[in-house]
Amino acid sequence: MAEQLDAERDDARGEEGRPPRAVVGSHRIEEEIFGKVFDTNIIRRIWAFVAPYRTKIYWAVAAVLAFTAMQLAIPLIIRYAIDHGMRPGADPSTLPWTILAFLVAILINFGASYLQEMLVGGVAEDVLFDIRRAMFGHLQRVSLSWMDKTEVGRLMSRLQGDVNSMQEFLETSVLSVGDITLLFGIIVVMLSLDFKLGLLTLSALPVLFVVRLFWLPRARKSFMAAHETNSIANGALAEAIHGVRAVQGMDRQAVNFMLFDDKVRANLRTHLTAAKYAQVMVPIVDSLTGLAMALVIVVGGARVLNQALDVGVMVAFLFYIQRFFDPIRSLTLQYSVMQRAMASGQRLTEVLDVPIDIKDAPDAKVLSSDMDGSVEFRDVVFGYNPKHPVLKHVSFKVNPGETVALVGPTGSGKSSCMSLIHRFYDVQQGQVLVGGHDVRSLSQDSLGRQIAMVLQEPFLFTGTVIENIRYQKTDATRDDVVQAAKTVGAHDFIMRMPDGYDSVLGQRGGNLSLGQRQLISFARALVADAKILVLDEATANIDSYTEMLIQKALVKLLEGRTGLVIAHRLATIREADRIIVLQNGELIESGNHRELMKNEKLYSKLYNLNYSSFDDIPEDVLDDAMTQPAT
Amino acid sequence: MRAAKPAASLALVKAAGWGKGLSILTRITVMAFRHPWQASLAIGATLVASAFQLTIPRLLGHAVDSTQIVLSGGAAGQAAQDTLLTTALLLLGASVVRGLFTLVQNYFSEAVGHHLGYRLRLACYEKIQRLSFSFHDSMHSGDLITVGLLDLEGVRMYFSTALVRMVLLFVLIGMGAYLLLSTDIVLGLLALSFVPFVGWRSSVTQLRLRATWLELQERLSVLTRVMEESLGGIRVVRAFAAQDHEMAKFDKASQSAVELAHQRVGIRVANTSAMTFSFFVAMGLVLWVGGTKVMAGEMTVGTLTSFLTFMTILQMPVRQLGLMVNAFARASTCGARLFELLDLDIAIKDEANAPDLKVADGTLRFENVRFAYPAAAQQDVLSGVSFEARRGETIGIVGPPGSGKSTLAHLIPRFYDVTGGSITIDGQDIRRVTLQSLRRSVAVVQQDSFLFTTTIENNIAYGDPWAKDAHIERASESAQLHNYVLGLPSGYGTVVGERGVSLSGGQRQRLSIARALMLRPAVMVFDDSTAAIDAGTEQRMRIAMRRYAASRVTIIVAHRLSSLMHADRILFMEDGRIVESGTHAELLALGGRYRALYDLQLRPGDDALSA
Repeated sequence: MAEQLDAERDDARGEEGRPPRAVVGSHRIEEEIFGKVFDTNIIRRIWAFVAPYRTKIYWAVAAVLAFTAMQLAIPLIIRYAIDHGMRPGADPSTLPWTILAFLVAILINFGASYLQEMLVGGVAEDVLFDIRRAMFGHLQRVSLSWMDKTEVGRLMSRLQGDVNSMQEFLETSVLSVGDITLLFGIIVVMLSLDFKLGLLTLSALPVLFVVRLFWLPRARKSFMAAHETNSIANGALAEAIHGVRAVQGMDRQAVNFMLFDDKVRANLRTHLTAAKYAQVMVPIVDSLTGLAMALVIVVGGARVLNQALDVGVMVAFLFYIQRFFDPIRSLTLQYSVMQRAMASGQRLTEVLDVPIDIKDAPDAKVLSSDMDGSVEFRDVVFGYNPKHPVLKHVSFKVNPGETVALVGPTGSGKSSCMSLIHRFYDVQQGQVLVGGHDVRSLSQDSLGRQIAMVLQEPFLFTGTVIENIRYQKTDATRDDVVQAAKTVGAHDFIMRMPDGYDSVLGQRGGNLSLGQRQLISFARALVADAKILVLDEATANIDSYTEMLIQKALVKLLEGRTGLVIAHRLATIREADRIIVLQNGELIESGNHRELMKNEKLYSKLYNLNYSSFDDIPEDVLDDAMTQPAT
Repeated sequence: MRAAKPAASLALVKAAGWGKGLSILTRITVMAFRHPWQASLAIGATLVASAFQLTIPRLLGHAVDSTQIVLSGGAAGQAAQDTLLTTALLLLGASVVRGLFTLVQNYFSEAVGHHLGYRLRLACYEKIQRLSFSFHDSMHSGDLITVGLLDLEGVRMYFSTALVRMVLLFVLIGMGAYLLLSTDIVLGLLALSFVPFVGWRSSVTQLRLRATWLELQERLSVLTRVMEESLGGIRVVRAFAAQDHEMAKFDKASQSAVELAHQRVGIRVANTSAMTFSFFVAMGLVLWVGGTKVMAGEMTVGTLTSFLTFMTILQMPVRQLGLMVNAFARASTCGARLFELLDLDIAIKDEANAPDLKVADGTLRFENVRFAYPAAAQQDVLSGVSFEARRGETIGIVGPPGSGKSTLAHLIPRFYDVTGGSITIDGQDIRRVTLQSLRRSVAVVQQDSFLFTTTIENNIAYGDPWAKDAHIERASESAQLHNYVLGLPSGYGTVVGERGVSLSGGQRQRLSIARALMLRPAVMVFDDSTAAIDAGTEQRMRIAMRRYAASRVTIIVAHRLSSLMHADRILFMEDGRIVESGTHAELLALGGRYRALYDLQLRPGDDALSA
């Protein structure tokens, strides 16, 4: 297979080379991997998440210190055993006692390492999930205009990748306490065992330190390059998988293969370079270890010969030397983890700091279910960007039980009206009243319970049909759900699904057609049984057969409710009690079908163009209709 | 419109039996040795490095003993000093050599892995690109990505983490054991007593961690889905004031994941502590028994030191036994999935020596075409479909959902092969010509327009990456996209797709129409690809494309009658058959199903509502 691949690759290259316009995947990876090493502000923010577990952290640090102390003690005990327990003529009880001391040391070591790893591992997991929960909870409250601007994918990488690197950081930061203690402990113990020999042995340390100082920036660059090319290659593979139908339809396989080859080849190159950098430290550390041991043997050995030094001390030195490069190695690795964590922490705090614009007033009232169900706009001015209002001084009232159709060309402000009723945004001027109360004086939760909303693009959740239909009213009975589905005409196709109401919907209802999803979202609104229904009629993509079902369901849905419908279909519009025509954010006409037809303004013109939906009207015809002076 | 998704086959490969596992590992090993120099160097260096590593404790012991010469009655002085110096130099030399060979071992075993990864990635990519639509229909894209990323990684890591490590461990443990036992059998046994326990514990732990890891990934993916849906459907969540409900869903998913994560910490920690403890117990025993022997003069302090250092050296590799076992397990399951993908037959490919399609008149003909999706072979989606379209003609295809309209469109470029009958272009059966020539002559504008993460111009030129600017602009003008693009900050250089500017449904569809126009195809198929474009724009598009339409066959599949009323012929499909056929006027006059649909769409009267 590999030979065949080579042949194919060479063919492709020999034939035509790389086309100028062809790319696969993306060229760059998105985000900074490393940030500042130490950012007090971010540390403080992270600490806030760790603080609830601080008792555990203190215990963990204590355990780390105990553990490190035992690491230091073990060679000393061995030394004592050699020098005092085994010497010919030594007290025969010394050795067993020393062994007992050893046993105690390793028991403490066992307990401390168990405690430390258990606590650190557990707290790191807890903090990870806490941060994620805090972010998720925050995102549930931030303004929709912020959410609209932000891609879900980007948020997900915050909630996953960035949160994970915080976890890594927490685990290593406790361990680095141990490493630093161990390093200093070894230095202190060696110097106090024998100052001169200690000093001599430790002379290898600065060498390693300097070498690593030179090595680190270059090595890190190579690791980053490897990381980057890897993400790029993986991104290109993912693109090929998602876009395979377009690739085959456009016959791009051969070109893509060449381009992908470039990317994987670059990835191979950077990884080989990174491997060189990673491995080059091995002989250096080994040689320095060897050098330090050789020094101990020559200098220390000579002094043992002269009986100026106990042989046990020399053995202890040899043991320490085998350990003392480890902390330096892991400390430099932790340096990178820190940097990565700071970059992630920066991004996490950005999300956590997004202000929540729309909050319940401190004295917010609960909108009770016996309110009258009226909706009123009083001189409303609103714009996503306050300088460019989308709604300009709009006033209208929908009486309880009335159905009002909002009509107007794209960008006339229909959807904004809908969002304001639900207080997705706050008005800049004027008031929106529901049941006679300014929406800003009501609790959002109670407001949401009295308004059912059907969006143009029905969004269903993974789960069963029944779970989706009783999304808001989780206590609705099965009968309620079936009744609602029957009312909107969804029962039949639901029963045709393999498990009826318990059938699991694919991701976002992917196994249903758009029309079917729309019907389920109708049933969902019906079960919510709110006083007010706000509905954005679906336009495109629905075949005429399902369309008919939907029209019928709509009539049922509106029975006994106040309805505000962003209407596209003439059938819906004509049925409405009142029609409000918006243009460029201004209310230009209002009345029922007959009245508006008599008016002979925009509505009657549009209607007389004979399209079944206002959306079907060609732009130029529409422009003509709108620009003609009203008679 | 796609066929029902059957359970993905690749994801279902369960832990393979021993025989299968072995054959997979053999296959990876053979692939690794396709780089014979590097693989042999890696293994050779491993042997040398471990041999030198084993000399270190002996040298240390020797050095310690040399210092004891006075005590054991030898002559102190220059001779002893010289011995110390020689030993020190040998030690230094051994350390340097060991370091260098370890470098060679690590570097080349990684290099073999990276080369292997390189080849596998290419093979995987090529396979995925070439596998036919029916495969992709049946496969969840997330599962394919898992194979291409994680499984491939498991196979790639096999050489360094399983094979080379195995050699290293066998040499170190084997030779170490020999040296220890041959020096002093009792002390040797004591020193090695921790090996079986630690090896066993670490293997069991690693396998358990792997199993729980898979389970954890499963639970985390549920959590991911909850978060993704909640954020993606934030408007619904807010509309129903369901934030608390979403938080509860999150907490449930999060709780189940965090519990398992804690459990995993427990498994890991219990075992690492136990392993360290057993190692130290063994060391304590060696110290005790050895110390007694030293006191009795049966052993030198140097030998005891070399025993203790041996143990320190053995500790790490023995702990890694578990990692090695895990690497073998991982490579065999990952390999099973990866190779299953790589070994798949490509259902739709060129016949041997297939000629290129030669388009002369450009006549497309369906002859008694029957089709069933491979996943549901007993259920015909199309049957007895016959029609002919000549150059310059436009054929409209309409019908209720599930009538087979889109399927028909997908058969022309051979996204699927017909089950019966044939499709020909100028008399050449499309199954007998090369896929490349066919797909360059047939362009399908698909329902879901995929955007690649690159500039708009590169997206338009996707099928013709050598295209000149002027061509791109012309196609874009015809597709009524040009003016929109000019309004963008970087015009045609604006990056779109997953990480770029997002386009609306209608804009995406226009872009994919422009993309198809670039191919200047002999047959152009619109698979319900104007649904999100408003009728006016569609009309202008139709006028703009009229001049090209004369030189090709155009097939329009649509729900909206205004998209296809003007067609030269309209086929009304129902249950996979053509039930009515004729011009708009003829079909209206016929008063059948088309007429009913027309009435429904163009003037939905009160009767339709109350029906």
